[in-house]
Amino acid sequence: MIPNSDQVYETPKILGSGDSCVVVEFSDAIDMEANIRLQDLRRIMETWSVPGIRECVPTYRSLSVYYNPLKITRPKLEETIRRALESIGRRAERERRTLVIPVSYGGEFGPDMESVSNHTGLPEDEIIRRHTNADYYCYMLGFTPGFGYLGGMDESLATPRLRNPRLIIPAGSVGIAGNQTGVYSVDSPGGWRLIGRTPLKLFDPGDDANPTLMEAGEWVRFRGISPGEYASILEDVHSGRYIPERSAEAG
Amino acid sequence: MSFVVERPGMMTIVQDLGRWGRQFMGIPVSDPMDQFSLRIGNVVLGNDQNAAALEIVSSGLDITVNVEQCVVLAGADLNMRINGLASPPWTVNYIPRGGRITIDGPPKDGIRSYLCFSGGIGVPPVMGSRSTYVKASLGGYKGRALKAGDVVSLCDPAPLWRRGVGFACPADMRPTQCNDEPLYTMDGPQIDAFTQSGIDTFYGETFTVTRDTDRMGCRLDGPEIGRRKPPDIISDGIAQGAVQVPGRGRPIVMMSDRQTTGGYTKIAVVSTWSIARLAQRIPGDEVRFQRVGEEEAVSYLLRFERDLWRLDNMRAAYRSKPHYY
Repeated sequence: MIPNSDQVYETPKILGSGDSCVVVEFSDAIDMEANIRLQDLRRIMETWSVPGIRECVPTYRSLSVYYNPLKITRPKLEETIRRALESIGRRAERERRTLVIPVSYGGEFGPDMESVSNHTGLPEDEIIRRHTNADYYCYMLGFTPGFGYLGGMDESLATPRLRNPRLIIPAGSVGIAGNQTGVYSVDSPGGWRLIGRTPLKLFDPGDDANPTLMEAGEWVRFRGISPGEYASILEDVHSGRYIPERSAEAG
Repeated sequence: MSFVVERPGMMTIVQDLGRWGRQFMGIPVSDPMDQFSLRIGNVVLGNDQNAAALEIVSSGLDITVNVEQCVVLAGADLNMRINGLASPPWTVNYIPRGGRITIDGPPKDGIRSYLCFSGGIGVPPVMGSRSTYVKASLGGYKGRALKAGDVVSLCDPAPLWRRGVGFACPADMRPTQCNDEPLYTMDGPQIDAFTQSGIDTFYGETFTVTRDTDRMGCRLDGPEIGRRKPPDIISDGIAQGAVQVPGRGRPIVMMSDRQTTGGYTKIAVVSTWSIARLAQRIPGDEVRFQRVGEEEAVSYLLRFERDLWRLDNMRAAYRSKPHYY
């Protein structure tokens, strides 16, 4: 999870992945520059809305392009991708979007706060300060619907996973696993050390247009809230009144 | 308009052609295991190809249909009876109001079949699809496999559905006749992680379908596939049919409920046509991977598309003839 490793290929590789998918690989490492570029490629391809392309799926260092081979041939598709790659360089400055996720740290929501404190040697308020003081880059969504792979956690917070994973972790739980941090998007088993919980819904299957809160390619910042604020935001989320806090600036 | 589940069978779920366009959110496609059988079932009925049907594994399903309808069982022959009378697969069968459909095997020509209704199943679409993704309780009937007592709603039957009764997909167009073909397969994005002899093993030897097979993936047993590089890679996208080779060197073919991203080397990708044929194989069956180019893989899809077009024309002609029944 160490970004910015200078391992971006000069020319991205287009790799076949069956008869209906190609992978455009920008790097063989987790690399923020590669990821930002492939998010650009995805946006360009979506703007062009090329007939036959089903969807583009960003991952850490590649973009999977799924297509219908009866509507667009492989050579035509590759040519389209190459043209899109050329226009990445020409794009104007990128916008940097940041999503704010309110988190109630510690207490019943953060049952592993103490073990993280013991492992890192930091008091609880310092853990919260460092966890809320960083901007996290969302490389991709995956693992479960709406789960964001975040990069950029303060390395002093790194704590290994639990030896005995929990059978059920409530959606919204904020955890640490090694040098990664993340938010459980659906109730699931897992071994991450839980330090807090957000009242926001990371995955809402009832919301057809925007079922996920996070988006690949945007930044995430955590904001500490009290259990009281947690309860009031939760109420707003349930009644549909809550609008997630987002800011945009030129990147 | 609905049907009531009397006996749910091993694993019966509502499926359409899948929830495309959401993989970037981490939401799997959940396409049908044998899309070609489902599409033929729908075309034979005069439905939209994407109409939702029941995906049935093996047998043991029993339902009562509360409306006069017609149905097609497309895929494996699971021995369907309507009110006790043997009713052939791939054929439009009439079902009276209150009719009982019993599907009780033993399976022939595969293991999975689609019970298609005229007009399709009417569960509410979730994110553009009626497919069931059980792991996240998404879509289908309450996000899960059917249970006894469930009442599942049906859409209005297609117009003039009565005129289609008796129409059948000809034997030479049924995809299940190709179940024993080798799996047409292309080199994968990480083929260079394997040794030449590993690649030769993969394409040259036979592998056995294991019991550890579900909608997510088909685990195979066989000789170890030798590698040059470690099995773990930085997670990237997983295409349908991707053949992952984890640490122990036995391949896993990723199927309909594949997760959107994963971190194992992919030696190859099974063609769209052959993945549906693999879905019809049962534990203990032997399979072989045959290396093909992308163009050959697409040619099987083209052939199917032409067959489907021909079939639809035959159905239209059948429907316009006078029938007496």
